[in-house]
Amino acid sequence: MIRVVLPHHLRTLAHVGDEIHVDLNGSATVRAIIDAIEEKYPMLRGTIRDHETQKRRPLVRFFACGEDISHEPPNTPLPDPIAKGTEPFFIMGAIAGG
Amino acid sequence: MSGIRVLAGTRKGAFILTSDGKRKNWKVDGPHFAGWEIYHMKGSPVDPDRIYASQTSAWFGQIIQRSDDGGKSWNTPGGGPATNPQGMPTGESNKFAYDGVPGTHQWYDGTQHPWEFKRVWHLEPSLDDPNHVYAGVEDAALFQSKDGGGTWQELSGLRKHDTGPKWQPGAGGMCLHTILLDQKNSGRISVAISAAGAFRSDDGGKTWKPINRGLHSQYIPDPMAEVGHCVHRIAMHPSRPNTLFMQKHWDVMRSDDAGDSWREVSGNLPSDFGFPINVHAHEPETVYVVPIKSDSEHFPPDGKLRVYRSRTGGNEWEELTKGLPQRDCYVNVLRDAMSVDALDPCGVYFGTTGGQVYASADGGDSWNPIVRDLPAVLSVEVQTLR
Repeated sequence: MIRVVLPHHLRTLAHVGDEIHVDLNGSATVRAIIDAIEEKYPMLRGTIRDHETQKRRPLVRFFACGEDISHEPPNTPLPDPIAKGTEPFFIMGAIAGG
Repeated sequence: MSGIRVLAGTRKGAFILTSDGKRKNWKVDGPHFAGWEIYHMKGSPVDPDRIYASQTSAWFGQIIQRSDDGGKSWNTPGGGPATNPQGMPTGESNKFAYDGVPGTHQWYDGTQHPWEFKRVWHLEPSLDDPNHVYAGVEDAALFQSKDGGGTWQELSGLRKHDTGPKWQPGAGGMCLHTILLDQKNSGRISVAISAAGAFRSDDGGKTWKPINRGLHSQYIPDPMAEVGHCVHRIAMHPSRPNTLFMQKHWDVMRSDDAGDSWREVSGNLPSDFGFPINVHAHEPETVYVVPIKSDSEHFPPDGKLRVYRSRTGGNEWEELTKGLPQRDCYVNVLRDAMSVDALDPCGVYFGTTGGQVYASADGGDSWNPIVRDLPAVLSVEVQTLR
């Protein structure tokens, strides 16, 4: 089980609380986590990454174990604490604008 | 007893303002979708409780919301009944994918730039089917949904028009902001794009032609060009679909041949720059605009918020000031932020970037604020409930 913390606006859109949980079939990667989120919460499709290109939206950032991994390739394996569910994977809205 | 429902989209959420037919006491409900930009909301003319909303964010992109109970509750339609073979909602309601290769349009510096979807500016429910709705988007294109907003398909004949590479963004982006449907001719759709101009289809959106003859825009290399005009808004009275009124970047214009030719009717306006334009519900020759000082100073001339009304279809305008601030007022009124109701006398409504929504229950003679301190108002639509 992977723990994911969504930004406020996506929590309200998906009608979920502070943390959501998703299960993965294969290894824990950013792509696998977002695939699982979009399957479980289809209203979030297009909000984290582009529908067509699958690229991360420019003002969305990914954090794992305190590190900004937004620019890592989406198939890069995530650290063990994320894969084992001992630490949450953070999806954040960049601080930009007012 | 009739009632009025005002749908106000703002920079930080949606608000629904309701009153009985007297239009004196208002209930303010909201914010819905707090913190999100609500570019536009509009109800179906055949099912007023069916309302579509464009919810958007620079961070998280485009969301389409739908209400089936007059705005009491909302859902993202793609997350509803439409499911894939595994039984999961398909989540396509937020997906606006251009048909085929998107191509390029002119950028601010004159170079070509790829078409990139950014947001939905305007939602126009069809005149006869609550599940059929059009969406005008940035970068400019027209989409439609025939399943209540669950999925969207582009009417790509417009974007693929030969003039497409000459279209360019205005200061607010390259947006398709006006969609006019003709109740006497079901195949006719007219749209307006900043800054490309006006276009018309007579075959339900398959093919299009520019309808900009007579427009004169000094700010573009060829002031009389076929396309490139920054049209801010077009209005039409449903009983006279061939008569169109346009607020252009500068100039208030009129056409009596469905846009085939235009003539200026700015007349005695203190400024012919502005954004919204609207037509009285019962008097097709009565038109409303809100003059703004200039394209570099987006506020009313002299700090006085004045609506101007013409009862002669243009050229002769009277200022309407009773109840509106006549000093130190520096708000703007955006292109989709004015609407009318269908009661008698006709009600007129507009919202400002200062967060006020003003209403007139006497055709514009006098005004009162329904609410004063909303976030900046992006759009105002009015529903008359019988």
